Amino acid sequence: MDVLYARWQMGLSLAFHIVFAVIGMAMPVMMVAAEVAWLRTRRPEYLDLAKRWARGTAILFAVGAVSGTVLSLELGLLWPTFMEFAGPVIGMPFSLEGFAFFLEAIFLGLYLYGWDKLRPQAHVFAGAMVSLAGALSGAFVVTANAWMNTPTGFRLVEGRVVEVDPFAAMFNPAAGGQVVHMLLAAYAAVGVAVAGIHARLLLRDTAHPFHRRAFVIALAIGLPAALVQPVSGDWAGRVVAGTQPAKLAALEGQFATEAYAPIRIGGIPDVDARETPYALEISGGLSFLAHGDPSAVVTGLSDIPRELWPPVAAVHLAFQVMVTIGGWLSFLALWAAVLWWRGKLFESRAFLSASFFSSTLGFIAVEAGWMVTELGRQPWIVQGVMRTSDAVTPMPGLVVPFVVFTIIYLGLGAVVVTSIRRTVLETAPGAAAR
Amino acid sequence: MIDPVVLLSFVLVLSLTAYALLGGADYGGGVWDLLAAGPTADRQRATIARAIGPVWEANHVWFIVAIVIVFTGFPRAFAEIGTYLHVPLLLVLIGIVLRGSAFVFRAYGPPDPRFDLFWGRVFAGASTATPLFLGVIVGAITEGRLPAAGTGSFASVFVQPWLTPFSVSVGIFALVMFGYLAAVYLALEASDPDERSAFRTRALLSGVAVGVLAATVLVLANSEVRSGLIASPWAVPLHVATAASAIAGFCLLWLRHYQSARLAAAAQVSFILWGWALTQYPYAIRPHLTLVDAAAPANVIVILLQILGVGAVILLPSLLYLFRIFGPRGQAA
Repeated sequence: MDVLYARWQMGLSLAFHIVFAVIGMAMPVMMVAAEVAWLRTRRPEYLDLAKRWARGTAILFAVGAVSGTVLSLELGLLWPTFMEFAGPVIGMPFSLEGFAFFLEAIFLGLYLYGWDKLRPQAHVFAGAMVSLAGALSGAFVVTANAWMNTPTGFRLVEGRVVEVDPFAAMFNPAAGGQVVHMLLAAYAAVGVAVAGIHARLLLRDTAHPFHRRAFVIALAIGLPAALVQPVSGDWAGRVVAGTQPAKLAALEGQFATEAYAPIRIGGIPDVDARETPYALEISGGLSFLAHGDPSAVVTGLSDIPRELWPPVAAVHLAFQVMVTIGGWLSFLALWAAVLWWRGKLFESRAFLSASFFSSTLGFIAVEAGWMVTELGRQPWIVQGVMRTSDAVTPMPGLVVPFVVFTIIYLGLGAVVVTSIRRTVLETAPGAAAR
Repeated sequence: MIDPVVLLSFVLVLSLTAYALLGGADYGGGVWDLLAAGPTADRQRATIARAIGPVWEANHVWFIVAIVIVFTGFPRAFAEIGTYLHVPLLLVLIGIVLRGSAFVFRAYGPPDPRFDLFWGRVFAGASTATPLFLGVIVGAITEGRLPAAGTGSFASVFVQPWLTPFSVSVGIFALVMFGYLAAVYLALEASDPDERSAFRTRALLSGVAVGVLAATVLVLANSEVRSGLIASPWAVPLHVATAASAIAGFCLLWLRHYQSARLAAAAQVSFILWGWALTQYPYAIRPHLTLVDAAAPANVIVILLQILGVGAVILLPSLLYLFRIFGPRGQAA
């Protein structure tokens, strides 16, 4: 029972933190872009925009920083056995992340409180450092997670870790694809979310210069990332196919081992009947995507011991959600490119409505993607090496910290939303006009 | 050639020192926000917020650095501390989350007095509680009652080993020490003479309290820890240095030399921390886990040291720049 509460607490903490981590990576890029535009054009809207986005970033970054601290200690509080084993192996990316985060915090302080104290170039430089360090710290942390999927860089001798090679561990097979996929996801989710907020206000007044400029910057950050995201997803997926057959089978609802394995769109996996009904199947699609050949054999769950199955339905569902949203956002990017080409970006109410409708989708996709990679690895905490149930702390009563953190995070989430709404959104030009 | 394990322990103590001197003072600022009183109370709170605002997040990262050093370099110690000190660590985490969030909610949230008041109280309360539990954790790994293996009732394994008079006294000691640091720092940051003398009074009083609590901790320590603190070869010079900086800090405050008082207070806290570290050596967790036993493989420790060295080259200039821009002298310029 306790391992379940530990997993719930870890999942809750990750799901909460990832929202703020993603914002902390992408918001600084937008705020610096607005400031650079202001310095170039001296249009006051850009300065207003940069300051508003900085204000939002200040709140969201701080919550990200403290919830990240929670995670770093929770690894020891909930999974001490895992950390004792994994700490030396993946400590290197964590220490690099520590430095990147340090730089982020230093330059964010300079940026937020330095509007009147720094020269404009120095101020922009501080913002650029925040953006760069944010991307780096995200990348380092993801390499550590990738190691849990494809552990390399050590040998186990009688349960003891020997011959640790931190570089081999950090540059594990899953690292590249996962890092690129996560960074693109961050820019896509945040860019589209911010664009959606301004799209709503543009629907009231399409000529509003402030919201037009905000909308363009946000789209320029979000949509290129969304457009190329499927390519990185394919890369990450092929690594999964080669290293984590159970995860691949679960995310596709593939029970039989077969050639010409299909891609399934939709469907509800039935683990007892060992089939995935109600799916639209494209024959050979999975074989092709996973192994580059439609006739390739894909290992199904039936050839994997039952106790090594991840929660198939949840993984499959989360994967469908992620892929559907990813496809929709790529389409949105193409649509925007066509409108932009014709000079009609602000005139299509359908596109503005679609942008508004899409504002939360990127975040949902990020959460779903983490569910795919984390649930899809179960029952392992380190694929093939250590089971989650063997890593958990012996301390009983884990329901208590789980409930406490649930209450705190729900409360904080509500306050963050209210604060952003009242200080950034409701005071935006054109927002109070009703 | 110095033993890498010893060198890494040294770096760990350095980052803990930085956390105490910088992050600790930020907690202390929250304590004085809680205790703000008198005609300058509002101005005191404003000064505290202004002083902490640009730097608290960077200061907090020293804590992360320490955690990363422990779990990479001393994984067994991290696992044991995470297991048997789960409860106080959880309370520290809750404090860290509430302190940081409350601070930004107050600074950047809606300009609503009730909202400000509520989050101001949360900020102050969490800033006061967190150092207590940090101190309790340090006390617990020093006192040596943590079990080597956990069998017995929940209370006997997960509560009683750290809920002792000694550990609690270390917690209060840490709290008072951070309050003293913050008051000394804030005397320099204050915007007018009245407020400055308010912080000076607080600094003088908490300086005395630091001395009283240091004595209390010593009395409550078990014989092994106490003999380490008093009788080891380095004890006398370190006690002399601590006492000298304490007296110097007190005199400098009395004479209103705030800049120098700041240095003396920082030196005093550093000496106290180093005294503790030397007593604790060679243990990670008394009495059963030494640093060497807890350490990661040698090559991991060497790589970690290299990263910390290269990182410091990038980091320290950035940090100095931050403090130069926002420090009291930066504001005067």
